[in-house]
Amino acid sequence: MIIEGSAKTPSIHFDSETGILMLKGRSIPENSIEFYKPLNDWLDQYASSPKPATVVDMKLEYFNTSSSKCILDFFKKLEKVNNNGNSVNVNWYFETDDEDMEEAGEDYEAIVGLPFKIIEVDEI
Amino acid sequence: MAISDVYDFYKKMEDENIILSFKGTFSEDLLTSILHIVEAKMGGMQIEPKKRKRVFNVLVECFQNLYHHIEEIEASDDELEQQKSALIIVKFKAGVFRITTGNFVRNDQIEELRAKLEIVNELNEDGLRELYRTKLQNECRTMKGTAGLGLIDIARKSKNKLDYEIINVTESISFFCLSVVID
Repeated sequence: MIIEGSAKTPSIHFDSETGILMLKGRSIPENSIEFYKPLNDWLDQYASSPKPATVVDMKLEYFNTSSSKCILDFFKKLEKVNNNGNSVNVNWYFETDDEDMEEAGEDYEAIVGLPFKIIEVDEI
Repeated sequence: MAISDVYDFYKKMEDENIILSFKGTFSEDLLTSILHIVEAKMGGMQIEPKKRKRVFNVLVECFQNLYHHIEEIEASDDELEQQKSALIIVKFKAGVFRITTGNFVRNDQIEELRAKLEIVNELNEDGLRELYRTKLQNECRTMKGTAGLGLIDIARKSKNKLDYEIINVTESISFFCLSVVID
Protein backbone atom coordinates (compact mmCIF):
# COMPACT_ATOMS: atom_id res chain seq x y z
CA MET A 1 0.00 0.00 0.00
CA ILE A 2 1.36 3.38 -0.97
CA ILE A 3 -0.18 6.70 0.08
CA GLU A 4 1.40 9.96 -0.93
CA GLY A 5 2.15 12.38 1.89
CA SER A 6 0.35 15.71 2.23
CA ALA A 7 0.77 18.87 4.32
CA LYS A 8 -1.06 17.12 7.15
CA THR A 9 -0.58 13.42 6.60
CA PRO A 10 2.49 11.20 6.34
CA SER A 11 3.47 9.21 3.30
CA ILE A 12 2.79 5.52 3.72
CA HIS A 13 4.78 2.71 2.20
CA PHE A 14 3.64 -0.72 3.36
CA ASP A 15 5.18 -3.61 1.49
CA SER A 16 3.70 -7.04 2.22
CA GLU A 17 6.43 -8.65 0.06
CA THR A 18 9.36 -7.38 2.11
CA GLY A 19 7.55 -6.87 5.42
CA ILE A 20 8.79 -3.29 5.59
CA LEU A 21 6.22 -0.75 6.78
CA MET A 22 7.14 2.91 6.66
CA LEU A 23 5.38 6.06 7.84
CA LYS A 24 7.15 9.29 7.01
CA GLY A 25 6.40 12.99 7.49
CA ARG A 26 3.82 14.87 9.54
CA SER A 27 0.70 13.43 10.97
CA ILE A 28 -1.65 16.23 11.97
CA PRO A 29 -5.01 15.44 10.36
CA GLU A 30 -8.08 16.81 12.07
CA ASN A 31 -9.78 13.46 11.84
CA SER A 32 -7.00 10.97 12.33
CA ILE A 33 -9.30 7.96 12.67
CA GLU A 34 -10.36 8.48 9.10
CA PHE A 35 -6.75 8.64 7.91
CA TYR A 36 -5.52 5.65 9.90
CA LYS A 37 -8.44 3.34 9.14
CA PRO A 38 -7.07 2.04 5.81
CA LEU A 39 -3.69 1.48 7.46
CA ASN A 40 -5.21 -0.61 10.19
CA ASP A 41 -7.36 -2.47 7.66
CA TRP A 42 -4.25 -3.25 5.64
CA LEU A 43 -2.52 -4.45 8.79
CA ASP A 44 -5.43 -6.77 9.64
CA GLN A 45 -5.06 -8.36 6.25
CA TYR A 46 -1.26 -8.53 6.54
CA ALA A 47 -1.55 -10.11 10.00
CA SER A 48 -3.27 -13.13 8.52
CA SER A 49 -0.09 -14.09 6.65
CA PRO A 50 2.78 -11.87 7.77
CA LYS A 51 6.44 -12.15 6.82
CA PRO A 52 8.58 -13.92 9.46
CA ALA A 53 10.30 -10.59 10.11
CA THR A 54 8.40 -7.32 9.93
CA VAL A 55 10.24 -4.01 10.19
CA VAL A 56 8.37 -0.80 10.98
CA ASP A 57 10.15 2.42 10.08
CA MET A 58 8.60 5.37 11.90
CA LYS A 59 10.04 8.51 10.35
CA LEU A 60 7.66 11.09 11.72
CA GLU A 61 8.53 14.76 11.81
CA TYR A 62 5.76 15.42 14.31
CA PHE A 63 2.22 14.31 15.06
CA ASN A 64 -0.85 15.66 16.81
CA THR A 65 -2.45 14.08 19.88
CA SER A 66 -5.31 12.80 17.79
CA SER A 67 -2.81 10.77 15.73
CA SER A 68 -1.05 9.55 18.85
CA LYS A 69 -3.98 7.27 19.72
CA CYS A 70 -4.14 5.88 16.20
CA ILE A 71 -0.40 5.21 16.22
CA LEU A 72 -0.89 3.31 19.47
CA ASP A 73 -3.68 1.25 17.89
CA PHE A 74 -1.35 0.53 15.00
CA PHE A 75 1.37 -0.73 17.36
CA LYS A 76 -1.19 -2.80 19.28
CA LYS A 77 -2.11 -4.60 16.09
CA LEU A 78 1.57 -5.24 15.42
CA GLU A 79 1.96 -6.65 18.92
CA LYS A 80 -0.37 -9.46 17.90
CA VAL A 81 1.72 -10.21 14.82
CA ASN A 82 4.79 -10.28 17.05
CA ASN A 83 3.14 -12.67 19.47
CA ASN A 84 2.32 -15.24 16.85
CA GLY A 85 5.87 -16.43 16.37
CA ASN A 86 6.77 -13.76 13.86
CA SER A 87 9.07 -10.91 14.77
CA VAL A 88 8.18 -7.24 14.54
CA ASN A 89 10.86 -4.61 15.09
CA VAL A 90 10.19 -0.91 15.28
CA ASN A 91 12.76 1.64 14.17
CA TRP A 92 11.77 5.02 15.57
CA TYR A 93 13.71 7.82 13.90
CA PHE A 94 14.24 11.31 15.24
CA GLU A 95 16.31 14.23 14.03
CA THR A 96 19.36 15.32 15.98
CA ASP A 97 18.34 17.59 18.89
CA ASP A 98 14.66 16.80 18.47
CA GLU A 99 14.21 15.51 22.00
CA ASP A 100 10.41 15.75 21.67
CA MET A 101 10.31 13.06 19.01
CA GLU A 102 12.93 11.06 20.88
CA GLU A 103 10.72 11.18 23.98
CA ALA A 104 7.67 10.27 21.92
CA GLY A 105 9.48 7.14 20.77
CA GLU A 106 10.39 6.30 24.36
CA ASP A 107 6.77 6.84 25.41
CA TYR A 108 5.59 4.25 22.90
CA GLU A 109 8.42 1.92 23.76
CA ALA A 110 7.28 2.05 27.40
CA ILE A 111 3.67 1.14 26.68
CA VAL A 112 3.95 -1.12 23.65
CA GLY A 113 5.24 -4.68 23.85
CA LEU A 114 7.48 -4.48 20.80
CA PRO A 115 11.25 -4.11 20.49
CA PHE A 116 12.07 -0.50 19.66
CA LYS A 117 15.24 0.94 18.27
CA ILE A 118 15.35 4.70 18.71
CA ILE A 119 17.59 6.09 16.02
CA GLU A 120 19.06 9.57 15.70
CA VAL A 121 19.54 10.89 12.17
CA ASP A 122 20.60 14.24 10.73
CA GLU A 123 17.50 14.56 8.65
CA ILE A 124 14.38 12.46 8.34
CA MET B 1 -13.96 51.33 13.75
CA ALA B 2 -13.60 54.72 12.10
CA ILE B 3 -11.25 54.87 9.14
CA SER B 4 -8.96 57.09 11.14
CA ASP B 5 -8.48 54.25 13.59
CA VAL B 6 -6.99 51.91 11.02
CA TYR B 7 -3.48 53.21 11.58
CA ASP B 8 -3.87 52.88 15.35
CA PHE B 9 -5.07 49.34 14.81
CA TYR B 10 -2.06 48.58 12.65
CA LYS B 11 0.31 50.28 15.09
CA LYS B 12 -1.12 48.32 17.98
CA MET B 13 -0.48 45.06 16.17
CA GLU B 14 3.01 46.20 15.27
CA ASP B 15 3.82 47.24 18.86
CA GLU B 16 2.50 43.93 20.16
CA ASN B 17 4.77 42.05 17.73
CA ILE B 18 1.84 40.20 16.22
CA ILE B 19 2.98 38.14 13.25
CA LEU B 20 -0.42 36.61 12.59
CA SER B 21 -3.96 37.03 13.80
CA PHE B 22 -7.28 35.64 12.72
CA LYS B 23 -10.78 36.09 14.00
CA GLY B 24 -13.63 34.13 12.48
CA THR B 25 -14.97 30.69 11.89
CA PHE B 26 -12.36 27.97 12.12
CA SER B 27 -11.95 25.27 9.55
CA GLU B 28 -9.32 22.71 8.67
CA ASP B 29 -8.44 24.63 5.52
CA LEU B 30 -7.77 27.64 7.68
CA LEU B 31 -5.32 25.63 9.76
CA THR B 32 -3.48 24.61 6.60
CA SER B 33 -3.23 28.26 5.59
CA ILE B 34 -2.11 29.41 9.02
CA LEU B 35 0.59 26.74 9.21
CA HIS B 36 1.72 27.75 5.76
CA ILE B 37 2.00 31.42 6.73
CA VAL B 38 3.78 30.70 10.02
CA GLU B 39 6.14 28.28 8.30
CA ALA B 40 7.03 30.88 5.70
CA LYS B 41 7.59 33.51 8.40
CA MET B 42 9.75 31.23 10.51
CA GLY B 43 11.74 30.32 7.43
CA GLY B 44 13.12 33.85 7.33
CA MET B 45 13.73 34.08 11.07
CA GLN B 46 16.44 31.50 11.67
CA ILE B 47 14.52 29.65 14.33
CA GLU B 48 16.13 26.42 15.44
CA PRO B 49 14.29 23.34 14.12
CA LYS B 50 13.31 22.10 17.57
CA LYS B 51 11.56 25.36 18.42
CA ARG B 52 9.97 25.51 15.00
CA LYS B 53 8.45 22.08 15.56
CA ARG B 54 7.23 23.05 19.00
CA VAL B 55 5.52 26.15 17.65
CA PHE B 56 3.87 24.01 15.00
CA ASN B 57 2.81 21.39 17.46
CA VAL B 58 1.29 23.89 19.85
CA LEU B 59 -0.45 25.72 17.01
CA VAL B 60 -1.97 22.50 15.72
CA GLU B 61 -3.15 21.40 19.16
CA CYS B 62 -4.55 24.82 20.07
CA PHE B 63 -6.29 25.05 16.77
CA GLN B 64 -7.75 21.56 16.80
CA ASN B 65 -8.78 22.04 20.42
CA LEU B 66 -10.68 25.15 19.42
CA TYR B 67 -12.16 23.44 16.44
CA HIS B 68 -13.52 20.55 18.47
CA HIS B 69 -14.84 22.72 21.29
CA ILE B 70 -16.57 24.97 18.82
CA GLU B 71 -18.20 21.96 17.18
CA GLU B 72 -19.74 21.16 20.51
CA ILE B 73 -21.64 24.42 20.68
CA GLU B 74 -25.11 23.86 19.37
CA ALA B 75 -26.01 26.37 16.74
CA SER B 76 -29.67 26.79 17.35
CA ASP B 77 -29.87 30.47 16.57
CA ASP B 78 -27.87 33.33 15.08
CA GLU B 79 -26.34 34.29 18.37
CA LEU B 80 -24.87 30.85 18.81
CA GLU B 81 -23.73 30.75 15.23
CA GLN B 82 -21.72 33.87 15.96
CA GLN B 83 -20.22 32.13 18.95
CA LYS B 84 -18.63 29.56 16.68
CA SER B 85 -16.21 32.28 15.78
CA ALA B 86 -12.84 32.24 17.54
CA LEU B 87 -9.58 34.15 17.72
CA ILE B 88 -5.96 33.13 17.28
CA ILE B 89 -2.96 35.41 17.66
CA VAL B 90 0.71 34.56 17.19
CA LYS B 91 3.31 36.93 18.57
CA PHE B 92 7.03 36.76 18.17
CA LYS B 93 9.66 38.83 19.91
CA ALA B 94 13.30 38.20 20.70
CA GLY B 95 13.12 34.48 20.04
CA VAL B 96 9.95 33.98 22.08
CA PHE B 97 6.66 32.90 20.55
CA ARG B 98 3.33 33.48 22.23
CA ILE B 99 0.24 31.77 20.87
CA THR B 100 -3.04 33.13 22.21
CA THR B 101 -6.47 31.77 21.48
CA GLY B 102 -9.96 32.87 22.44
CA ASN B 103 -13.15 30.94 21.99
CA PHE B 104 -16.61 30.50 23.44
CA VAL B 105 -17.31 27.58 25.74
CA ARG B 106 -20.53 26.44 27.36
CA ASN B 107 -20.67 27.29 31.03
CA ASP B 108 -21.37 23.68 31.90
CA GLN B 109 -17.97 22.75 30.43
CA ILE B 110 -16.00 25.25 32.47
CA GLU B 111 -15.56 23.22 35.61
CA GLU B 112 -13.98 20.33 33.72
CA LEU B 113 -11.84 22.67 31.65
CA ARG B 114 -10.58 24.49 34.72
CA ALA B 115 -9.78 21.21 36.45
CA LYS B 116 -7.77 20.01 33.45
CA LEU B 117 -5.82 23.26 33.29
CA GLU B 118 -5.08 23.20 36.99
CA ILE B 119 -3.79 19.64 36.86
CA VAL B 120 -1.56 20.42 33.89
CA ASN B 121 -0.16 23.56 35.53
CA GLU B 122 0.63 21.74 38.77
CA LEU B 123 2.77 19.10 37.09
CA ASN B 124 6.44 19.35 36.19
CA GLU B 125 7.92 17.86 33.01
CA ASP B 126 8.13 14.32 34.36
CA GLY B 127 4.63 14.51 35.81
CA LEU B 128 3.23 15.67 32.48
CA ARG B 129 4.97 12.87 30.69
CA GLU B 130 3.58 10.34 33.14
CA LEU B 131 0.06 11.73 32.74
CA TYR B 132 0.42 11.70 28.97
CA ARG B 133 1.45 8.05 28.96
CA THR B 134 -1.36 7.04 31.30
CA LYS B 135 -3.98 8.87 29.27
CA LEU B 136 -2.63 7.60 25.99
CA GLN B 137 -3.00 4.05 27.24
CA ASN B 138 -6.24 4.25 29.11
CA GLU B 139 -8.48 7.02 28.01
CA CYS B 140 -11.10 6.34 25.43
CA ARG B 141 -11.52 8.86 22.71
CA THR B 142 -14.34 10.53 20.90
CA MET B 143 -15.51 9.63 17.42
CA LYS B 144 -13.21 12.24 15.98
CA GLY B 145 -10.16 10.82 17.64
CA THR B 146 -9.61 13.59 20.17
CA ALA B 147 -7.91 11.94 23.03
CA GLY B 148 -8.04 14.43 25.92
CA LEU B 149 -4.31 14.84 25.46
CA GLY B 150 -4.35 18.27 23.85
CA LEU B 151 -3.66 20.46 26.88
CA ILE B 152 -1.09 18.02 28.25
CA ASP B 153 0.75 18.03 24.96
CA ILE B 154 0.59 21.82 24.71
CA ALA B 155 2.10 22.10 28.20
CA ARG B 156 4.81 19.54 27.39
CA LYS B 157 5.85 21.35 24.23
CA SER B 158 5.61 24.80 25.76
CA LYS B 159 7.77 24.01 28.82
CA ASN B 160 5.91 26.86 30.51
CA LYS B 161 2.78 27.16 32.61
CA LEU B 162 -0.40 27.75 30.65
CA ASP B 163 -1.86 31.19 31.12
CA TYR B 164 -5.64 31.29 30.91
CA GLU B 165 -8.72 33.29 31.72
CA ILE B 166 -12.40 32.44 31.51
CA ILE B 167 -14.68 35.40 31.09
CA ASN B 168 -18.37 35.02 31.66
CA VAL B 169 -20.40 36.36 28.74
CA THR B 170 -23.97 35.19 29.25
CA GLU B 171 -25.86 32.77 31.47
CA SER B 172 -24.82 29.87 29.28
CA ILE B 173 -21.64 30.96 27.50
CA SER B 174 -18.15 32.14 28.52
CA PHE B 175 -15.09 33.22 26.60
CA PHE B 176 -12.01 31.11 27.19
CA CYS B 177 -8.60 32.71 26.61
CA LEU B 178 -5.47 30.59 26.53
CA SER B 179 -1.95 31.89 26.12
CA VAL B 180 1.03 29.61 25.50
CA VAL B 181 4.67 30.65 25.47
CA ILE B 182 7.40 28.84 23.54
CA ASP B 183 10.80 30.27 24.42
